[in-house]
Amino acid sequence: MKVKVNLKKPVKPLSCTKETSLKTSDLIRLYYFLKLTRMFDEITVRLKRQGKITGGVFSSLGQEATAVGTAYALEPQDFIAPLIRDIGACFVKGILPREIFASYLGRATSPNRGTDLQFHFARLEKGFIGPISHLGDMVSVMAGVLLASRMKKENRVAVAYVGEGATSTGAFHEGINFAAVQKLPLITVIENNGYAYSTPTYKQCAAKSFVDKAIGYGILGLQVDGNDVVACYEVMKKAVEYARRESQSVLIEAITYRRKGHAEHDNQAYVPAGEIEWWAENNDPIKRFELFLVEEKVASKEELKKIESEVAEYLEQELEIAESAPPPEPITAAYEVFDNSVVPPAIKKKFLS
Amino acid sequence: MKDRKVTFIEAIRQGLWEEMKRDKSVFIIGEDVGTYGGAFKLTEGFIDEFGPERVIDTPISEAAIVGVACGAALMGMRPVAEFQFIDFISCGFDMLTNYAAKSRYRGCGAIPAVFRGPCGAGVRAGPFHSLNAESFFLNTAGLKMVEPSTPYDAKGLIKAAIRDPDPVLFFEHKKLYRLPRIKQELPEEDYIVPIGKARIARQGRDLSIITFGAQVLNALDAAEILEKQDGLSVEVLDLRTLSPLDKESILETVRKTNRVVILHEASITGGIGGEISAIIAEEAFEWLDAPIIRIGSIDTPVPFAPQLEDYHLPSIEEIVSACRKLAEY
Ligand SMILES: Cc1ncc(C[n+]2csc(CCOP(=O)(O)OP(=O)(O)O)c2C)c(N)n1
Repeated sequence: MKVKVNLKKPVKPLSCTKETSLKTSDLIRLYYFLKLTRMFDEITVRLKRQGKITGGVFSSLGQEATAVGTAYALEPQDFIAPLIRDIGACFVKGILPREIFASYLGRATSPNRGTDLQFHFARLEKGFIGPISHLGDMVSVMAGVLLASRMKKENRVAVAYVGEGATSTGAFHEGINFAAVQKLPLITVIENNGYAYSTPTYKQCAAKSFVDKAIGYGILGLQVDGNDVVACYEVMKKAVEYARRESQSVLIEAITYRRKGHAEHDNQAYVPAGEIEWWAENNDPIKRFELFLVEEKVASKEELKKIESEVAEYLEQELEIAESAPPPEPITAAYEVFDNSVVPPAIKKKFLS
Repeated sequence: MKDRKVTFIEAIRQGLWEEMKRDKSVFIIGEDVGTYGGAFKLTEGFIDEFGPERVIDTPISEAAIVGVACGAALMGMRPVAEFQFIDFISCGFDMLTNYAAKSRYRGCGAIPAVFRGPCGAGVRAGPFHSLNAESFFLNTAGLKMVEPSTPYDAKGLIKAAIRDPDPVLFFEHKKLYRLPRIKQELPEEDYIVPIGKARIARQGRDLSIITFGAQVLNALDAAEILEKQDGLSVEVLDLRTLSPLDKESILETVRKTNRVVILHEASITGGIGGEISAIIAEEAFEWLDAPIIRIGSIDTPVPFAPQLEDYHLPSIEEIVSACRKLAEY
């Protein structure tokens, strides 16, 4: 069984859903975050090619709307655990580009002190817990965040972002089931972007769609066009309201597309011819939103261009701040495995004095 | 003239390929191993030759990959399961330590399966793509562990692992995969390198470095420096098999040089070096002229930034100074 890709041109260029409660200022804000995400991505790719980033660069090109739109529906007290392609959600939660740049570049100023890469760090005060590489692990961690929130009467919801590939892990299943049984307001967003590394969706899951999994967990399942930023916002808003009100879990499947390879080295030879081009041409989340903004007279093309140049300038400043920061002192590697007031740091032994 | 020397990764490929040609029960199972040819391209081209029945792309389900390999092995197949990075072996830990390791002992059947993947640090990959996993499994009876350091051994050992009657964890240090320095010409004919046998990587008289994997290269470099600068003759023992350990070779080098450094890349506490030094202390105490020195990474996760990772890992300078201290003792 092979998935048939419909590579026909849409009759009318795709835009975004018109039914929205979002105000003009919010719509402009969404556009800002989409551009911020894409242009951040372009810079990291550049830094990787320049050899300044030694770790992996995992592009979110073409799927920015899912992270941005869904995160935008959250309140400040709510938590997210993004996946590597959810940089947009990090920005919406208030993580600064300079922090993520610093982490990519292995600087001492990174919130993880250079001990980890990408946005593998946390900012608890901002409701942000970065992922680890092991897929699916964050689902139960977020359930734990919510358990504490309930005990402390803090009224939070939490979002665990996973790729469709991660739904095949035991950790995903255990976490989502646990949250469902405990009636925790966990919203798991499955970003179905067509591929997990080289593995197409049909080799990952035999169900017709990932949202069907919700039935098995006894929770509400919602599906959304992940390249429609307005729809992503609206579906999340509905999920958040329901989760908070009913204290129940929700599963959202956002359908999107990964236009770049898994990471920079991946040449995507396994992708059927024309597929990437089709998405780039006909279903780019930013182009769609631009069309929406202009059609709905929210902003003119010129106004959008202005936002773009503001973002460009802002990102270069943020990069400059990150790049000019010092690398970590080697010896700091020895610190913070434990509370060093209880257990001393793991300083290297010297053999000769 | 054509360069007949092959890389470490090519040697493993060849070994796997030849075993799949030789024995129809051998098959490959793992994430992105088929069409894509594996994250490191180790199985590139295999699916074209052997078909998707014998080169199986799986969902991201390490526990199931191990479990399925166990089940198939019970039924007479010879699965070779890949972890995309050895770090993800943690997700298959239960299946490995409870199912694979105990099946024969419980009278439930032998599990001739190989579980392989790229391990090791030093490539700026951070805390989740740099693991050396041997100590997690050293205390599990029923799992063999192998970690070669040369193309010759890699090919010979992967073949031996596939033919072995019991489960074998096969660790491949990713730093070695395409390292030009270790390229070797391999024999035309079929050969294996027996599991459970160490190898002397460099002969010496004054002291011994017992090590394995990518650290063999650091040990050899340190030995070179010590010979040039100090006139010391350093023996390097490459363990190759980590479980069961080749006690005889370990004791032999101790009896020969009477001074020992044990070197590994995993963190020092609870590392395999402790086990080796216990063997030496128990069985060759009277042969020692100096205390045993263990060198490993510091007791932290593997950090990402180069400055931190270099501090974390054992360095050639450290090995040299440890050897000097032993020589002076
Ligand atoms: C438990 C586990 N196994 C394997 C990997 C290696 N790996 C990293 S990303 C990836 C594919 C992820 O696909 P998906 O979850 O769909 O997210 P996407 O990359 O498409 O955003 C794999 C197999 C991992 N990180 N964790």
